[in-house]
Amino acid sequence: MAQSHAKSNAKKELIEHMEVSKGTGILMTIALTFLSLVFIFPILLVLLNSFKNKLYISDAPFALPNGETFSGLFNYTNGIGKTGLIAAAGRSLFITVFSVIAIVLLTSMAAWWIARVKSKFSDLLYYMFVFAMIVPFQMVMFTLSKVTDMLNLGNMFGIIFVYVGFGAGLSVFMFTGFVKSIPISLEEAAMIDGCSPIQIFFRIIVPVLRPTMITVAILNAMWVWNDYLLPTLVLDSDAPTIPMAVQYLRGGYGSIDMGAMMAMLVLAIVPIIVFYLSCQKYIIKGVAAGAVKG
Amino acid sequence: MQKAYKKYFWLFVLPTLAAFTLFFIIPFIMGIVLSFCKFTTVTNATWVGIRNYQRAFSNRDFIDSLLFTAKFTIVSVITVNVFAFILAYALTRGIKGTNLFRTVFFMPNLIGGIVLGYIWQLLINGVLARFGVTITTDAKYGFWGLVILMNWQLIGYMMIIYIAGIQNIPTELVEAAKIDGATRLQTLFKVTIPMVMPSVTICLFLTLTNSFKLFDQNLALTAGGPGKQTAMMALDIYTTFYNRNGWEGVGQAKAVMFFILVGILALSQLYFTRSKEVEN
Repeated sequence: MAQSHAKSNAKKELIEHMEVSKGTGILMTIALTFLSLVFIFPILLVLLNSFKNKLYISDAPFALPNGETFSGLFNYTNGIGKTGLIAAAGRSLFITVFSVIAIVLLTSMAAWWIARVKSKFSDLLYYMFVFAMIVPFQMVMFTLSKVTDMLNLGNMFGIIFVYVGFGAGLSVFMFTGFVKSIPISLEEAAMIDGCSPIQIFFRIIVPVLRPTMITVAILNAMWVWNDYLLPTLVLDSDAPTIPMAVQYLRGGYGSIDMGAMMAMLVLAIVPIIVFYLSCQKYIIKGVAAGAVKG
Repeated sequence: MQKAYKKYFWLFVLPTLAAFTLFFIIPFIMGIVLSFCKFTTVTNATWVGIRNYQRAFSNRDFIDSLLFTAKFTIVSVITVNVFAFILAYALTRGIKGTNLFRTVFFMPNLIGGIVLGYIWQLLINGVLARFGVTITTDAKYGFWGLVILMNWQLIGYMMIIYIAGIQNIPTELVEAAKIDGATRLQTLFKVTIPMVMPSVTICLFLTLTNSFKLFDQNLALTAGGPGKQTAMMALDIYTTFYNRNGWEGVGQAKAVMFFILVGILALSQLYFTRSKEVEN
């Protein structure tokens, strides 16, 4: 505690030292405010157009809705009817939550064992997981979808195991890196006191691993929630996730219902923004920590 | 200790290893084998040697997508990292609203590729409509559209990493530079940038692999149009597999070459920038 306090004081001093003059500061704030508006603009544009009749979107997206073009919530009701987005959101949520729980629990257990047991076999396991991180999905997409078909895992429950297998690389890598920095003496003391390895893991290692677990959970949640290609190949097309449902709106060549599309984009973005704003501290920290270890 | 732990292999490692074997190792090995076969499903494969690899170059699709991907990757990696570093530098000067700006700039990163693609399709087509064209009229619109989209998505992410890097520079270094009479610009180039090289390594790695492997955004924004002119490698592999009967083996051969290329790129980039990092 005292240490982190000293650290934040040092950081404050540093920032004071690097501060710009007041005039420059105001200029920079103005420039950054403008840039922020540019960053938010695309999202606001989609929101605006989601209330317009579909015929007035593609040609004049920058026009505000008026008496003629305003269509109320029609795009939302129509789009939800067409895509089944509410059910898709339920599926996305289910898959994301349970995949992330499974990944965090199972890969942290595996990583701990790999880091603590020193043998040729555990080295081999570690390098296989690291290797998996650089393999692009296209390399295995066809054969992976055939394997899940053969095993009858092409559903919401089966895909969780697929995510554990495919997410194992990065997660094991991150957990192993952290476990190696935990002194082994704690575990030795616990073992002398009669703890079993299972108790050691859940009572001693898990509490220490918690910050890394949050990082791994956030990185995997971002991946699974937004993933398009893997669920498209693995799941039945009549039970889509959110990204699949959005892509289905494109339909055949050139026939997009732009109204429904805008409304569905809004509905796809809102949960992400709510989640982001409610735990942005963890998300930003997690991303920074994840990158440093990656 | 080791012995006691070893016995618990089945509990701690086996579940992950089983999923990893089934959904990564087996598909990976099958993928390599199938790249030398003619097949429509896994069970009717017949060995054809390197014919798939030859056929991958029998038309311009693969090479064109490689060139397009390379061009896109170079432009994106440079623009994303330059803008992200400038923002990170600006947001570590202690100005008002720093936290709010950081929140806003990072946000697009959380939105998925498919959704991002359609957001930018609306915006870009809206602008282009004034000139009577759409994003798929000419490949250069698609190219710059993808670059802008990539910047919008990744700048905030890389900015966060650069901010962490800049904040980790020991205070004494910056102070010493100031006492020695270094100007702000000299401090930036002689102290700050060399000291954030580890962050540069990570950011280059992330932008490089993300740009090179781009798929969702490509599919949603242009779907490769006009024709296949804006199809990146991942999309070209996908269409070879699923839009053309009898070409599954060629798709798999392209995927193997894609994997080798990504591997070489990632490893050589890591090796190259790691050698530029300052020892602490």
